[in-house]
Amino acid sequence: MAAAEMLRITDLHSFYGESHILHGVDLQVGRGEVVALLGRNGAGRTTLLKSIMGLVGRRTGRIVVNGRETIDMPTHRIAALGLGYCPEERAIFSTLSCEENLMLPPVLRGGGFSVEDVYGMFPNLRERRASQGTRLSGGEQQMLAIGRILRTGAQLLLLDEISEGLAPVIVIALDACIRSLKDRGYTIILVEQNFEFAAGLADRVYVMENGRIAESLRANELEAKAGLVQRYLGV
Amino acid sequence: MSEIFGIPVPVLAGQLMLGLVNGSFYAMLSLGLAVIFGLLNVINFSHGTMYMMGAYAAWMLMNWLGVGYWWSLAIVPVVMALVGIAVERLFLRWIYHLDHLYGLLLTIGFAWVMEGVYRDQFGSGGQSYPAPDSLAGVTDLGFMILPDYRGWVVLASLGTCFATWYLIERTRLGAYLRAATENPRIVQAFGINVPLMLTLTYGFGIALAGLAGVLAAPVIQVTPLMGSNVIIVVFAVVVIGGLGSILGAIVSGIALGLLEGLTKVLYPEASSTVVFVVMALVLLFKPAGLFGKEE
Ligand SMILES: Nc1ncnc2c1ncn2[C@@H]1O[C@H](COP(=O)(O)OP(=O)(O)O)[C@@H](O)[C@H]1O
Ligand SMILES: [Mg+2]
Repeated sequence: MAAAEMLRITDLHSFYGESHILHGVDLQVGRGEVVALLGRNGAGRTTLLKSIMGLVGRRTGRIVVNGRETIDMPTHRIAALGLGYCPEERAIFSTLSCEENLMLPPVLRGGGFSVEDVYGMFPNLRERRASQGTRLSGGEQQMLAIGRILRTGAQLLLLDEISEGLAPVIVIALDACIRSLKDRGYTIILVEQNFEFAAGLADRVYVMENGRIAESLRANELEAKAGLVQRYLGV
Repeated sequence: MSEIFGIPVPVLAGQLMLGLVNGSFYAMLSLGLAVIFGLLNVINFSHGTMYMMGAYAAWMLMNWLGVGYWWSLAIVPVVMALVGIAVERLFLRWIYHLDHLYGLLLTIGFAWVMEGVYRDQFGSGGQSYPAPDSLAGVTDLGFMILPDYRGWVVLASLGTCFATWYLIERTRLGAYLRAATENPRIVQAFGINVPLMLTLTYGFGIALAGLAGVLAAPVIQVTPLMGSNVIIVVFAVVVIGGLGSILGAIVSGIALGLLEGLTKVLYPEASSTVVFVVMALVLLFKPAGLFGKEE
């Protein structure tokens, strides 16, 4: 592998209580790569991201971040290794203003965005800085959810369904945002249902089904195998 | 001449002042309960017991070690915070994933055990604790004679409540607390040590109860049951203010203390039930509490 390894997951099994959700997932992500995780609703993509963050009930296997085994670490120590998690439900806090939401995650390491950088990338947020977080529009909340993890210096971003339910013009803006993050050397795992959006951005694609990795494709194979992927997505 | 509702003004003012003093304790205790419930999801039944332990700690410091009131005011909250931290680490930590009911049961158990221990040690008769010399006097306000210590209690607890409110609503540390109250898992995923926050928050709530205990010691009989006597009213205050609401806990604590005082003058028979009548009315017409958010 050309680039150094950012994340290696080996034989990961995850559980919510008694429900066994992930069944032996293997996945690698190189430093600076953008990797898309596609699959139908319920395939286990969100569970995979939560497992990386230590947010599931129980997990077994190996999850190595930047050379450090994290399977026994509590969530806050995993985050401190330089992970930024943008959850599917966005989790904007209603008791915090837009700017308080933005400033909430502590800076974990150097090299992150400054507040000005974030406002430069998402000018809407500057205008809405004093508004209650949950009063922002869906698109603004999504920008806030992404912007606030850029301040921390995290180098590996886990983005869950960021294009979901947003107007096309906002999806285009997010597309530009991901490209610029990639140019700055961020490593990104992009969970998506939107094949077009993901395919345009990703270096590689994993397709999940029933808690397993069903396919692993490079960007240059996508066109030839689009039919196969679409079948997995049930389109 | 100087009468309102046919009651002499000094009598009315005196009762309202007593109500304000009680309201100050209600506010400090319900504030701690609200913060703890918000973040830990624990209905801390032992809060009254911690208040009692705070008062006894001041008594023990004075009678066993010769440590005076002002030092107690600083030492006891620290000691009680450590007690709280120990309780959280040893017991509460293990039941967060269970229903609210378990936290309630556990803290009831703790309350009863501690009350038993204190009754065994000190008897149920009660001890008296003197006000510090500098506050033992009275001030003539013209319309009433104000015992200085009562004035001090009201100022000190209002100051503490305001400082706590400011800390939670206006600072970065408070933003962590508010965010973790809404969604602890995401806050932890940002790299914040939420388990440690829970421990320290519980310790802080207990420190507030301990401080209220020291403040109360000179104005009440210090008895092992003083906590149980007050905690039921404080729960009513929390329900009226709105479970988990910081401002609601403070405002309704003070307001209900005053209302109790007023009722003592106007219709003494109802003075010990008026809080519960208000609670029933609030539950009927605004179930989330006066300051609570409807879900
Ligand atoms: N908290 C939970 N408890 C139990 N089962 C869950 C929970 N969250 C998700 N699941 C189940 O796990 C499976 C994978 O869900 P998820 O990871 O959310 O899929 P995706 O993100 O790919 O749509 C689904 O069958 C879902 O019902
Ligand atoms: Mg999902």
